[in-house]
Amino acid sequence: MRELITLRVNGERYEVAVLPHRTLLEVLREDLGLTGTKHGCELGECGACTVLLDGVPVLSCLTLPLEVQDCEITTIEGLEEQGRLHPLQETFAELGAAQCGYCTPGMLLSAVALLRQNPHPTREEIKQALSGNLCRCTGYTKIYEAIEAAAERLSVAHQGERRPDAALQP
Amino acid sequence: MLRLPPFRYLAPRTLGEATRLLAEEGPQAMPVAGGTDLLPNMKRRQFTPAVLIGLRHLRELKGISGSPEMGMRIGAGETLTSISNHPLICAHYPALALAAAAVSTPQLRNAGTIGGNILLDTRCNYYNQTEFWRHSIGYCMKRDGSICLVAPGSPRCWAISSADTAPVLVALQARVRLVSVRGEREIPIQELFYDDGMRPYTREADEILQEIWLPPALGWRSTYLKLRRRGSFDFPILGVAVALRREPDGRIGDARIALGAVASHPVEAEEAMARLRGQQPTPALLQEVATLAAKRARPLDNADLTITYRKQLTPVYVRRALDLLLEAEQGSGAE
Repeated sequence: MRELITLRVNGERYEVAVLPHRTLLEVLREDLGLTGTKHGCELGECGACTVLLDGVPVLSCLTLPLEVQDCEITTIEGLEEQGRLHPLQETFAELGAAQCGYCTPGMLLSAVALLRQNPHPTREEIKQALSGNLCRCTGYTKIYEAIEAAAERLSVAHQGERRPDAALQP
Repeated sequence: MLRLPPFRYLAPRTLGEATRLLAEEGPQAMPVAGGTDLLPNMKRRQFTPAVLIGLRHLRELKGISGSPEMGMRIGAGETLTSISNHPLICAHYPALALAAAAVSTPQLRNAGTIGGNILLDTRCNYYNQTEFWRHSIGYCMKRDGSICLVAPGSPRCWAISSADTAPVLVALQARVRLVSVRGEREIPIQELFYDDGMRPYTREADEILQEIWLPPALGWRSTYLKLRRRGSFDFPILGVAVALRREPDGRIGDARIALGAVASHPVEAEEAMARLRGQQPTPALLQEVATLAAKRARPLDNADLTITYRKQLTPVYVRRALDLLLEAEQGSGAE
């Protein structure tokens, strides 16, 4: 039997009737039309479907929507702000950190969560934070470099006008 | 696409309500906490419960309290991330922090709980496969079939205990509390395990693992080493947990060695532990102890990497863990 639930996704509230066995990944993509969250192994072994629950990276393929009605869910669609890409998205594009792009939304969300907790991570800390996201194209180096560049940009921006970063707000 | 099989979902608000629902619904119901083990297993149709009872929001399963002097209590619903980051656990029960941090990936540790890791379903190359894959080879006795595909002549299932925290909690002599409508029981964690891949836990279907109790840690050092192909994602194909207490004169007062992923339950290396007690550690003794401990590991060809390699690495990892603990000057154990 379907249950009517409310999900808070990227700052908006969605009322949706779900079957209990539908995963958050399926509801995001198929019911809410938010297809930026990618559908990889479906078994917790790739990280492509990573989303943030209250700022914490989890796998949407292993999350039941019924259990996260009290959480703020952030997907890749929630990173841009008034038409402007998040600094991580900019540096990923500029530095060639995406090739086929399939792992990129998950990588970006893991990176957003990292920089929120640790604005100046070491290379080792970046590797740790991204150790649940597989990329089969880039070899990771460009991804690490893009995160380092974004960290730099964010810290300069914060020193300047302290522009709030929407994706980093709780 | 791998979809979940249909089920009813119940969300109790208290532990009492959860145990009542679990008893009422009977064996067709399963509790779910983080879901990081159960949900993939359900997608592969290894489990097809008609009812899931959500434990995620139960306050009775939360919290880390106590002290290294008095012992510590960990709610079974605490995430592996919160355990690996907890300052007292990192400082005084480092083996547990290391094991929690070694589980899978950050995303899974953010959702997966310690209770779920302790009660992880046993694993096997012939079992942790999709329904389609298992159908094509005729299924195994753990689900839908009648024989063990690793050891077809064997009357039993050889699926492997693959929880990183389980051997550590055995080495730390932890106790666990299980509750049901029939009452509650607190048992040494060793008594939670059966040597049976099909029925690996003494937990009854109506029981919920509520909390883990760690004994006082003063004077103890501990560490955990994990063998796996990749530095992330992979389950252990060998886990070595060692806890040691030294006397003021340098002799070893007490030692606990437990091996993970070498059998259907965490294995204590009793002979090796006895050989260490009361002794001054010398390189020759440590080598002897490592060899003795490794005798307890009898891997079968149902996990990653070859049996020969996994066998060869067992004494190496035990020796390495002992060396790390004995070399560490501080009581904080080893990285």
